Amino acid sequence: MEDTIVAISTAIGLGAISIIRLSGPDAIKIADKIFKGKDLTKVASHTINYGHIYDGEKIVDEVLVSVMLAPKTYTTEDIVEINTHGGVSATNKVLELCLLNGARLATQGEFTKRAFLAGRIDLTQAEAVQDIITSATDKSLSLFVNQLTGSLKKLIIKLRKDIVSILANIEVNIDYPEYEDAPKITIASLKELLYPVKNKLNDLIKESKNAKIIKDGINIAIIGRPNVGKSSLLNKLLEEEKAIVTDIAGTTRDLVEGSIIFKGIKLNFIDTAGIRESKDIVENIGIKKSLDSVSQSNLVILVLNNNEDLTSDDHKLLDIIKDKTHIVFVNKNDLPAKLNIESLKEYNICYGNTINDNGIDELKNKIEDLFNLEQIKPLDNIYLTNSRQNALIKLAIKEIDHALKSLDEEIPIDLVEIDIKNAWNYLGEIIGATYKEELIDELFSNFCLGK
Amino acid sequence: MYYDVIVVGGGHAGCEASYISAYKGHKTALITMNIKNIADMPCNPSIGGTAKGIIVREIDALGGIMGQIADRAHFQIKMLNTSKGPAVQALRAQADKVVYPKEMLKKLSSTPNLDIIEGMVNDIIIEDNVIKGVILEDGTRYLCQALILTTGTYLKANILYGDKKEISGPHGERSSLYLSGHLKEYGFKLQRLKTGTPQRIEASSIDFSKMQEELGDNKYWTFSHDYPPSYDVNNQQKCYLLYTTAETKKIIEDNLSKSSMYGGYVEGIGPRYCPSIEDKIVRFSDKPRHQLFLEPESLYYNDWYLQGFSTSMPHDIQEKMVHSLPGLEHAKINKYAYAIEYDAIDPLQIKPSLESKIINNIYTAGQINGTSGYEEAAAQGLIAGINASLKIENKEPLILKRSDAYIGVLIDDLVTKGTNEPYRMLTSRAEYRLVLRHDNADLRLRKIGYQVGTISKKQYENLLNKEKDITSLLNFLKENKLKITLSISEVFEENGKDVPKISMSYYDLLKRPEINMEFLNKLVNFDYPLEVQTEVEIQIKYEGYIAKTYKEIHKMLKLEAKKIPQNIDYDKIKNLATEARQKLKLIRPISIGQASRISGVNPADISILAIYLKKEYNND
Repeated sequence: MEDTIVAISTAIGLGAISIIRLSGPDAIKIADKIFKGKDLTKVASHTINYGHIYDGEKIVDEVLVSVMLAPKTYTTEDIVEINTHGGVSATNKVLELCLLNGARLATQGEFTKRAFLAGRIDLTQAEAVQDIITSATDKSLSLFVNQLTGSLKKLIIKLRKDIVSILANIEVNIDYPEYEDAPKITIASLKELLYPVKNKLNDLIKESKNAKIIKDGINIAIIGRPNVGKSSLLNKLLEEEKAIVTDIAGTTRDLVEGSIIFKGIKLNFIDTAGIRESKDIVENIGIKKSLDSVSQSNLVILVLNNNEDLTSDDHKLLDIIKDKTHIVFVNKNDLPAKLNIESLKEYNICYGNTINDNGIDELKNKIEDLFNLEQIKPLDNIYLTNSRQNALIKLAIKEIDHALKSLDEEIPIDLVEIDIKNAWNYLGEIIGATYKEELIDELFSNFCLGK
Repeated sequence: MYYDVIVVGGGHAGCEASYISAYKGHKTALITMNIKNIADMPCNPSIGGTAKGIIVREIDALGGIMGQIADRAHFQIKMLNTSKGPAVQALRAQADKVVYPKEMLKKLSSTPNLDIIEGMVNDIIIEDNVIKGVILEDGTRYLCQALILTTGTYLKANILYGDKKEISGPHGERSSLYLSGHLKEYGFKLQRLKTGTPQRIEASSIDFSKMQEELGDNKYWTFSHDYPPSYDVNNQQKCYLLYTTAETKKIIEDNLSKSSMYGGYVEGIGPRYCPSIEDKIVRFSDKPRHQLFLEPESLYYNDWYLQGFSTSMPHDIQEKMVHSLPGLEHAKINKYAYAIEYDAIDPLQIKPSLESKIINNIYTAGQINGTSGYEEAAAQGLIAGINASLKIENKEPLILKRSDAYIGVLIDDLVTKGTNEPYRMLTSRAEYRLVLRHDNADLRLRKIGYQVGTISKKQYENLLNKEKDITSLLNFLKENKLKITLSISEVFEENGKDVPKISMSYYDLLKRPEINMEFLNKLVNFDYPLEVQTEVEIQIKYEGYIAKTYKEIHKMLKLEAKKIPQNIDYDKIKNLATEARQKLKLIRPISIGQASRISGVNPADISILAIYLKKEYNND
């Protein structure tokens, strides 16, 4: 029997539903640990089960879980597929939870490889499988490793160095018990060495920047003069009456946010107060907030009125968005065109109106174009890298915690070292490093030993 | 003259190899250059040590003899690492350099089927790529079915000190000048290795009052699983601890260019774990002093071994160095330190059975394979002897796994990774060391020994009884509860332990850090041998970590079970990375597990290999 592997089997950024697939002897056990609903270990084979994925006490997502028992499955192993709805961040979290509970991230083509090795795929397909693996397995690890930000990689290398010097010291104490050259590690001194390691690992989890991008999605600010239809546009996009819509200019005085999952990515819309020269103090605060939201957004949608010519306010706004990722939405195209199109030549324009949904799909497509090409694809990798590295860091912390607990129970250091080595290995996996040679080298380079 | 098995070399590897082959009923010859040098200990006067002590237990568990001979030959013994966990504890005996070889020769001479022949083997006879015999320097031919080469440091040996280089084996023995050259002609890849040994000091010239005493344990120990201790615990010899001085450091620094190593006179690669004193001074120049030990070599002559002071300095500098040590100001050097370089073969050319990949039925063991140490040599000798015998018997070879024994780790490392320095066993090389303990060597290996015919029926039955006792004690502890009565409470209090608040099983009680088996004996009287109690205590106290280790072992064994046919043509496998293909062709791993441990073979290559095996051989 092999170990249990997990992967997201749907393309990320395509479709609102994602499937996380587990295969292997512990697939059901792992899924059951994070699922509340029916007891998955007792459900019949080939059933779909409704429930929720939990991270401890916190609900992560509402899900459907398919349970397929060996051997009548693709890989001939137990397979569980978790269908999530909550977009990238929820999918990400579910994957991470599977990794934390004992699954290993599948390499590219690994499900197919297992299917083949189990005799589920025709022999003629063997070559194709080989090709997939050659082209992907190597790359996927280097991909993971390359995706690490320079600073994170440095931090992990530094941390592993700290750990390996602890390990080497313990090993020297064991292999050369009578040599005084190496300091003797005691339970107390080992604890003191491990706490800083644990703290640094916890900091890593907090600082994980990529995680923030994925979790938060793409921020889209909708700006424009008062009453050009910003709130109506937002409502159309959100398909719900979240923003307050009136025909009195200046109604929206706060940033009204709403999010949708579009093609698997979370889009956060920020409806802003209309921007114009105003003497109303409350409204001025709103305008300032609008300008702030422009600077914080990944995309700006400027709404213009087709039925009016450009005002000086419009020109100011066009100036503001010129160097940003933007879309100009020319609203009210059902009314006669009074807008000077010539001056908008260099802008990315979309026509429509918020009364009859005209142009809304076109707007969404434009967002997709802008972000599919430049943003979503790389996000795909960051996303995988991220859940993988977070899971590995958390597993490392778990090992250090176990080591500390064992030290409290007065378990001998050479046993506790097993936990520390595991932690070191988990961190090594993040950066694609191997264990044994490094440790032996450390032993001989740092300590003076011999006959 | 014909023998089933011929062993060339009478060192620790050769002794085990020839003994076990003869024990298994094969007509065996041990050919040595000098019968007086059988089981010679040319370097340190001790057997065992960390990791090595466990190897000696394993040798004994598999039917080898190093353990029982060492038990009869030492004048001091101690368990190392007693303050640490059970996995890393190991015995070390100070073995008498006169008694050990004498006892070994006695054992070999009384072994049926074994002839000891004096002579130098210069060449071997090969027909159709199979070994047929050996040719001695006087032209005598001995024919055989299997040959075991355990030539130690003798192949083209040079002794070095200062700028002097002499063609010589250890302590003035002859160097074997021709055999390695012939091996090279037949396709063996040779490498040049180096090791060294420190000075021997005349006992009467040492002022021991300036040194710290090092004593043996006041408790009885044996390497052997079968024989009781035969020494007097109260009559053990002392060793001594001393330190280098600032003057020592200065002498070495001032004369560095005169050493063979730093003067550039040595070709061989020396081991990192066994550096010369000049190496230590250079590499760790910030250390003001280094530890040295003085150990008696024998009760029958007066040389003391100066451990830690190995050097290749010329003799006049060595005089100055030794005299700079406290207590050795007026020391007389009976033997100077020297470095020795010798030919070894590339261990990547041997199979996990220790049979050569180049010529069938040739086995190699010990320093010729690139290792260092008496114990490492003996272990390989034993395995080579067993496998040569099994080959003659048309049986599958014995290949110990990394989770079976340190011996498994040793051989797997050699044949999978190779070595370019003399390889020494360290506990840190054994990833599953928690289950490779001194105390359970018999539980791990006696069954295997019984299967390959090196362990007697009686020894096997003793093992089964021990296993039965362990199970029954474990069950007793799990099934019986401690009732807290007034008298029981008193026992806890008298021993300074907290009285449990509730009644609990002995098993749960033993899991508490402050409770051990010795204390449990005060509560209940177990009628079990001490070794059974020790075993049960370890199994219960460290259950969590042992389970963790077994989980890892389980993963490894799955990969080991995926065998690679030895006729596989790696050139036919598309998509293998070039480096992986080269390494796989060279090493020819026997399993996916072994393949995955080769450096330069990455997980993608392993996947491709697995798929190819499935396709070509329908191999699961």
